[in-house]
Amino acid sequence: MLEALQVFLFDYTFRTVALGAAALGAVAGALGCFAVLRRQSLLGDAIAHAALPGIGLAFLLTGSRATPVLVLGAALAGWIGTLAVMGIVRGARLPEDTALGIVLSVFFGFGLVILTFVQRLPLASQAGLETFLWGQAATLMAADVQMIIIVGAGALALLALFWKEFKVLTFDGAFAASLGVPVRRVEFLLTSLLVVAIVLGLQTVGVVLMSALVVAPAAAARQWVDSLGLMVLLAAGLGALAGVVGVGFSSAGSGIPTGPVIVLVASAIVGISLLAAPGRGLLAEVVRQRRVGRRIRADAVLADLYALAMQHEDRRYGHPVATLRAMRRGEVGIERSLETLGEQGWARELRPGSWGLTPEGEKRARTRFLDPDEEPS
Amino acid sequence: MSGLDFEIQLLAVVVSVACALPGVFLVLRRMALLSDAISHSILLGIVLAFFWVQDLNSPILILAAAATGLLMVAMVEALHATRRVKEDAAIALVFPALFSLAVLLISRYAGNVHLDVDAVLLGEIAFAPFRRLEVGGHDLGPRSLWMMGGILALNLLFLMAFYKELKVSTFDAGLAAAMGFSPVLIQYAFMGLVSVTAVGAFDAVGSILVVALMIAPPASARLLTDRLPLMIGLSALLAAVSAVSGFWIARGLDASIAGSMATAAGLVFLLSMLLAPDRGVVASLLRRRRQKVSFARLMLTIHLLNHEHSPAAAEENRLGHLSAHLRWSPDFARQVADRAERDGFLDRGEGDRLHLTPLGREAARHFMTR
Repeated sequence: MLEALQVFLFDYTFRTVALGAAALGAVAGALGCFAVLRRQSLLGDAIAHAALPGIGLAFLLTGSRATPVLVLGAALAGWIGTLAVMGIVRGARLPEDTALGIVLSVFFGFGLVILTFVQRLPLASQAGLETFLWGQAATLMAADVQMIIIVGAGALALLALFWKEFKVLTFDGAFAASLGVPVRRVEFLLTSLLVVAIVLGLQTVGVVLMSALVVAPAAAARQWVDSLGLMVLLAAGLGALAGVVGVGFSSAGSGIPTGPVIVLVASAIVGISLLAAPGRGLLAEVVRQRRVGRRIRADAVLADLYALAMQHEDRRYGHPVATLRAMRRGEVGIERSLETLGEQGWARELRPGSWGLTPEGEKRARTRFLDPDEEPS
Repeated sequence: MSGLDFEIQLLAVVVSVACALPGVFLVLRRMALLSDAISHSILLGIVLAFFWVQDLNSPILILAAAATGLLMVAMVEALHATRRVKEDAAIALVFPALFSLAVLLISRYAGNVHLDVDAVLLGEIAFAPFRRLEVGGHDLGPRSLWMMGGILALNLLFLMAFYKELKVSTFDAGLAAAMGFSPVLIQYAFMGLVSVTAVGAFDAVGSILVVALMIAPPASARLLTDRLPLMIGLSALLAAVSAVSGFWIARGLDASIAGSMATAAGLVFLLSMLLAPDRGVVASLLRRRRQKVSFARLMLTIHLLNHEHSPAAAEENRLGHLSAHLRWSPDFARQVADRAERDGFLDRGEGDRLHLTPLGREAARHFMTR
């Protein structure tokens, strides 16, 4: 175990790859926030798939399989795919999901046609293009990681520079327009940054699954925080975490494509966030609902006790649990409600099995259920 | 054309038409991307069922795959119902997770059997004719042709049996519920049909190109007609055209058949988008142009009517003056004047004077008092 940790920490290749995956996850996570908040989660999927023909064509035209060349081709194709989606929505007036589906699948199909050409080339250098389908982090070289970091940092710098515009566009486009923000141009820039984040990840995660790395960290981060700034920071952190852990798992076994592992790690982070986040988390919701339910049930018993006390000469008289249960139509959990009332000091167990109202309880019942100024008759 | 080529084309047509039929309702119900999600998710069902029965040809694989498709839809709806994520994000979260799990299982435990990750993306339509269905020593044709034929028949039967229910619930879900059809039941039956179709097509063209076959032909048909029965027929026709032309593109370029079929479907869509008689881009441009000239013609008659019999008429009602007064380019002004003259709204006088005809005067007055 310790040995494995040592390999992870000091192995040069692993460190390179992990650094690349972390940088990638951070960029994708940060920019993914805007895609998720603007309900464009599936645009990322279309961009990633649309990038495939760009990779193939860049290789066919230049004969180079240097990562920057292929990434540039991917970016151009992904960007054309985005324009095609907009063109179909505006030009043909079809719904956006149809436009996304067509662009995603047709571009990808065309990409597969291009790849069959690539595979027929008598070059030894063709090997490696398939890694763009599923992602193979092991193929990341130091230069690739450098490119991811430099380009990613550039994208994040633009994000910081246009923060205000992106923010107002995301939450209220009409308001942005009224402020004089050039909405079309800002939208274009934001979408272009999304394209950049996606194509940077194609070598590591692959075209098929890259969109998940864009959506998952943002969806997870949304559960924990309510401010855009914190959400972007947290999504970047969670994306980096998914990248590093995913690369760690996939390098532990041979021949495991990196993309699926990273996506599964990111999905697990989403699952944990949905369940455990304070406030929005589903567990917190269950706890909250149970607490409210308990209070409502205790209040009902308090009301019954008060009604009994008002009919009795001695308002402090102890009434049997059986009576109270009968008044709640045999509902179970009367004891639990009585205990709650006891803890609050509103009722007391005078004899075993008999409960009476305390002065505080009487006051509480009156302020809660009756006009507080009205004297008991 | 060899028998092999014929069988591949026949299979391509059957697969495409079988996909296009449910695709019509996916497009109309704005659920196009659920086809993407389903076609990815079914892989997990196929893999798990394969581990169980150890036979790639078992019908259990199809059932398990369809069940996973429905499970995915239920998961998306459950995730959306928590109100913690929006619907598009829910789709984008669920299917990559299921698909990743499937790919991981394949590459880890099934890498050496006939179920590899490239086949998942590409399908194997070119090899399909080599897997024959033999009964009692008789060769009955490719196994996948029988399977897809069955799925096509199932789709046709479902469409005929539940046409009314599908139609009403697609266009007016509230009315469907009021008429006593359960929208949930129809939705899940339909999703089950999409899943089964995706499983069958998956084998031939892979998980991503299924989306092209399901969405592109119905989207093209949508641009060509506003009537549902016609849209269904056109979708099937365009699907078949895409399949056959895709096959010949692939043959000509010696490229992937499935990829070429998707590309052909994309080209058919592009042509429909450009050339559709009413909704096409070219038709819209022409219509806009026509409307512009027609409106300008009216403007011209009003302008002439305004200055008619006024002292400035000799100056104002000249072709050369329109550029200055109405800010029209000289070319456009001449075009409008020609159009108005052709329509009998005005006569050309000496020089470039323009005189309204009684008809033109009537048109201008009618427009201004409308």
